[in-house]
Amino acid sequence: MSDQAAVSLEGIHKFFGNFHALRGIDLTIAKGEVCVAIGPSGSGKSTLLRCINQIEVVSAGRVRICGTLQGYDERNGRLHELSPRAIDRQRRLTGMVFQRFNLFPHMTALGNVIEGPVQVKRIPKATARSHGRDLLARVGLADLADRYPNQLSGGQQQRVAIARALAMEPEVMLFDEPTSALDPELVGEVLDVIKDLAASGMTMILVTHEIGFAREVGDHLVFMDQGTIVEEGRPKQMLEAPKSTRTQAFLSKVL
Amino acid sequence: MVPGNDDAARDEGRRVRLNQVVPRRHPGRWVAVALLAVIVGQVAHGIIVNPNFHWNVFWQYLFAPTVMAGVGWTLVLTVVAMLVAIVCAGILVLMRDSDNPILRTVSWLWIWFFRGTPLYTQLLFWGLFAVLFPRLSVSVPFGPEIIGVPTDWVVTAGVAAILGLGLCESAYLAEIFRAGFRAIDRGQTEAAQAIGMSRGRILWRILLPQALRTIIPPTGNETIGMLKGTALVLAVPFTLDLMFATSAIANRIYFPVPMLMVAAFWYLAITSLMMIGQFYLERHFGRGQDFVRTRHV
Repeated sequence: MSDQAAVSLEGIHKFFGNFHALRGIDLTIAKGEVCVAIGPSGSGKSTLLRCINQIEVVSAGRVRICGTLQGYDERNGRLHELSPRAIDRQRRLTGMVFQRFNLFPHMTALGNVIEGPVQVKRIPKATARSHGRDLLARVGLADLADRYPNQLSGGQQQRVAIARALAMEPEVMLFDEPTSALDPELVGEVLDVIKDLAASGMTMILVTHEIGFAREVGDHLVFMDQGTIVEEGRPKQMLEAPKSTRTQAFLSKVL
Repeated sequence: MVPGNDDAARDEGRRVRLNQVVPRRHPGRWVAVALLAVIVGQVAHGIIVNPNFHWNVFWQYLFAPTVMAGVGWTLVLTVVAMLVAIVCAGILVLMRDSDNPILRTVSWLWIWFFRGTPLYTQLLFWGLFAVLFPRLSVSVPFGPEIIGVPTDWVVTAGVAAILGLGLCESAYLAEIFRAGFRAIDRGQTEAAQAIGMSRGRILWRILLPQALRTIIPPTGNETIGMLKGTALVLAVPFTLDLMFATSAIANRIYFPVPMLMVAAFWYLAITSLMMIGQFYLERHFGRGQDFVRTRHV
């Protein structure tokens, strides 16, 4: 069954010192599914994403992507730490888009997009450049390939960041509040790109505060609070008739 | 800002009648210029026509062979010692940031020691190195020697001067480099990790180019400091550098002032050249941030 899942999380706990950020998360995301995580600040949504691509190391539990255990090799019931090289290779399964873009400021838009393919996948520069231009065109930035991040608006920067993640051809895309740092008028252009991606069948996990967007593109809605998944289900049903009182309280504030 | 609209926007921009503004006058500036001109003129006159400066001696020795050799040696000491310092500082920074507590401690101790003792003392020590350790050898600890050479074959006065200057400088540079890396947002590393880059590649492709932007200005300072620091190598004693060459001539001909002017002239000339080089380095590593084409219509 877990072979079918794009991402499966089993009993994930994360501690930062004494702080218990994730308290036993179980979640399965099928291939092609768009999973949207909502919840108040500090509920552990971002931490969960960061555990999936191993920017954070889980304190307990198993993360599997396409059936492969992440970060460890399990032999005779014991976990053996993988080499940094193996972990770097596993990270290629996921693409991550950050709240604050995190574009490389000393590289042009195209430079940002081809950095992974050229440096990590060892694709010839010319091939990577032409593929990179295609990707920039796909996010509507064909004309701005030679601009530096500082010369782009927030919405344009975030679209470059999406193209950069797509360039590695990941199995799963992770979006960590991709529109939270944007001016309201620029949110739409980024959401449109994400919507197109969803339509193309990409598996995605999206942390967001855009409830309307969650309803529109999400297949699977997860409400998190205080490090646990309080409720999950189909977005429409859940947003219209939340079962848990905590979900109800949260939705009454944001809707 | 739709790209296709640029032409239309430019045409429309041409039709705008710009405000005609009478610039504000700045009488204070002219007063300041006049005052400074008087002061500069006075000082320049006092120096140029002053017989105590012996300008004929200055011109006579400005390009003298020993002076030129001194310039050359000073440059060699500066460049080689700086290279030693940069390599050591690079290693020290990697050690300081490593997961290995022993490497971190060694790095800390190195910086503590070389920053905490005077350069002059360190140079004296390197001068005495061959006396303190007559043979350099690889041997079994407290046992027989495997291979060795007399120290003064290896640690000559020049090598002692370079080691003294370079190792001391490495401690300061290590701190500058550390500051440069610290100034970079954590998100840069995370973004690079997210596309599967290895630690080494992240350091080389993502962090170093950004760190250099902040590292270069203070390192330029340090290089100029090093240039003038070479004047201390007579502590080793190393006797071919610019300062020693000019003061040796001064002692011989009993004209200290013009020879000091000769030395000052050359130090200033080298510093000026270095500042030009620094400008281009800063421009290269500031690309995308300090030096971007602005998008004027």
